[in-house]
Amino acid sequence: MQLSREDLLKAYKGMCEIREFDDAVHYEFAADAMPGFVHLYVGEEASAMGICMHLNEKDTIASTHRGHGHCIAKGCDITDMMKELYGKKDGICGGKGGSMHIADLSKGMLGANGIVGGGPPIVLGAALTYKTKKTGNVSVGFFGDGASNQGSISESMNMATVLQLPAIFVCEDNGFAESTAKEYAVGGSILDRGKAFGLDSHEVDGNDFFAVHEAAKHVIDNARNGKGPALLHIKTSKVYGHFEGDAISYRTKEENEKIKNEEDPLKIFKKKVTESGLLELSQLEKLENDAKEQVKIAVEESKKADFPTEKDLLTDVYIKY
Amino acid sequence: MSIKSYKDAINEALLQEMKKDENVVIMGEDVAGGAGTNGEQDAWGGVLGVTKGLLGHYGRERVIDTPITETAILGMASGAALTGLRPVAELMFVDFMGVCFDQILNQTAKFRYMFGGKAVTPVTIRTMYGGGLRAASQHSQCLYPMFTHVPGIKVVVPSCAYDAKGLLIQSIRDDDPVIYMEHKNLYDVTQEVPDESYTIPFGEANFTREGKDITFIGMGQTVGICNKVADKLKSEGKSATVLDLRTLSPLDEDSVLEAAEETGRVVIVDESYPRCNIATDLSALICQESFSSLKAPIKMVTPPHTPVPFSPPLEDLYLPSEEKVYNAAKEIL
Repeated sequence: MQLSREDLLKAYKGMCEIREFDDAVHYEFAADAMPGFVHLYVGEEASAMGICMHLNEKDTIASTHRGHGHCIAKGCDITDMMKELYGKKDGICGGKGGSMHIADLSKGMLGANGIVGGGPPIVLGAALTYKTKKTGNVSVGFFGDGASNQGSISESMNMATVLQLPAIFVCEDNGFAESTAKEYAVGGSILDRGKAFGLDSHEVDGNDFFAVHEAAKHVIDNARNGKGPALLHIKTSKVYGHFEGDAISYRTKEENEKIKNEEDPLKIFKKKVTESGLLELSQLEKLENDAKEQVKIAVEESKKADFPTEKDLLTDVYIKY
Repeated sequence: MSIKSYKDAINEALLQEMKKDENVVIMGEDVAGGAGTNGEQDAWGGVLGVTKGLLGHYGRERVIDTPITETAILGMASGAALTGLRPVAELMFVDFMGVCFDQILNQTAKFRYMFGGKAVTPVTIRTMYGGGLRAASQHSQCLYPMFTHVPGIKVVVPSCAYDAKGLLIQSIRDDDPVIYMEHKNLYDVTQEVPDESYTIPFGEANFTREGKDITFIGMGQTVGICNKVADKLKSEGKSATVLDLRTLSPLDEDSVLEAAEETGRVVIVDESYPRCNIATDLSALICQESFSSLKAPIKMVTPPHTPVPFSPPLEDLYLPSEEKVYNAAKEIL
C-alpha cells in the first residue's frame, strides 16, 4: 500500500519522538535523576507507530510495562508523560502511576501495565463495548513474547473469538522475557497459538514499519467491519535490556551490535524512503532534531515541576466512599 | 410489596436495572446457559438459577454466556466499564478468584488511583460465597476479608432479601467497582420486599435489634444467627443490639463504635477464616477507639483456622452456630 508523504512524515515523527523520549529516559535514569523502574522501547518503534496510525481517538489500546512507545503513538502528551516518570503532580497520572501505569483515557490509552499479560483481558471489554454499541471502533492489546505464556493471553484470544469481538492482539516478540530467551520459554509457536484459537494470525517483520503498517491495516479494517479478532506476531528487537540497570549479560556483544546496526527500524525506514525518493534526507533530519528538542524541553520542565503533596495522598481511590 | 426470596430479590434487581439502563449487561458462565446447544436456551439461568429469565427479556447481546475463563470475564467486565458499559459480571463461586484475582487486585481496583483520578469503572462483580451446602473446601469459602483488604473496590455482603435488592441496585448504579457477595445458604430465605426499585446506601450498617446489655455484630449469614440469639436472650431478660454491617468496604465505623459503646460487651460473628478477618479488624478498631467503654473482652465467633470440611457433621462443627454465639455471649454477660 502506498502511503502519502504526509503519512510517511507522521510515521517518522512518531518513531523519532519515541526514540528520543526513551533515549532521554535511559540517560536520565543512569544519572540517577529518575525514580522507580523503567523499561525502554528503543528498537521497537515501528510496531507502535505502524499499528496506532490506523487508530482514531475513540479506538483504544492497552499496553505493557514497556509502554512509552505505545503511549506516544496513541497521542499521549510527551511532557505530561515525562513529568509522570519524575513523579510530578502535573504528570499524566498526577504522579500516582509512574512509567508502568501511564494512561490517558481521553486519548484511548487504557494504561500501560505492570502485570505481564494484564492488558489483553481489558481490551476484550473495550471491544465488547464497541460491539454492543455498534460504534465501529477497535481495541488493541499489546503484550510480549514473555506474556504469551500467561493464561490471560490464551483466555483473551479464546473469548475474542467466541464473542467475535473487534479486538486485535499484538505480540511484540523481542526475543527475551526478562533475561530468558523465547527459544527456551515458548513451547510451540506464538503464531500457531493465535491460529489455534481461531484468530486471523500473521507474522510480521517488526523492524520494517511498512510491513507492520500493512498487516495492521488488514486486521484493523476487518475488525472494524465485524470480521472478528486477529493476532499480529511482530518480530522485533529491543536495544536496551529488560529494565534500566540491566547489564544485558545474557546477550553477546555481536548480538547487541546487530540489533543497533542492522535491525534499527528508524534506519531501515530512513533508507527506504530516501532511496526511493519518497522523502528528502533533510526532512527526516528536521524531524529528528525537532523530537530531540521537544524531549529536551519535556525533561527540563519535568525537573522543574512540583511534586504532589500530602493532600494528594488520599485522593482518587474511589469516586465516592 | 410481596414476599420474595433473596435469590428472587437479586433477579428482580438485575431485571429492573437492565430495563432502566441499556448499558447494563450481564456476563458469566451459564448466566443463561444452553449457548450453542440444540436444547433449551436459558437452560440454567446461573448455576443456582439466580439469573433465570433475564435472557428472555434482553437476549444474548446483554445476557452474555462466556466460556469458563474467569480472568477474561473479569477483564472484559472492567474494560467494558472503562469504556461506557455498566457490566455485572458473575464470578460463579468466590473460591474461583484464585485463577483471576489479578484482574481485581491489580487492574480494576487500581485504575482510578494509578491513572490519577481519571478512570471511572462502574463494574459490579456478583459472586457466591459461604458454607452450609456441603460444598467442601473449594466451593464454601467466604474470602471477603481479602477483598476488603484492597483499596479501590467496595465489598457488599447482604444478609436478607430486602438488603439484597437495594444493595445490588446501589452496586450497579455506583461508579466505583463493587464486589457483591451472595451467601448461597441465604438464597431461599424470604421476606417482604418492595416491588419497585430502591437503593440502600453503602457504608450504613443496619441495627436489626436494639438493646443495652450486649452487642452482636454480624455480616451476611451470621446476622440471622445473631438475631436468633438476641431473641433467645430477650426471653431470659437480657436485651441485645445486633448490627448488620451490610458493606465491609466502606465500613460504617461510627455505627460499630456506637454499638460497642452502648453495651460495653461485644460479640463479633464472622464466618470467614479467623486470621486477619473482619472480626479481628473490628476488634482492633473498637479497642483503639472505644477501649474505655468495654466491660469485658471482645468475643469473636469464627470457624477454626482450617479449610471448610465436606462431611456434614464436620461442617456443622466448623460453622458459627446459634449455640456457639449464645455461649460466647454468656461468657461475658
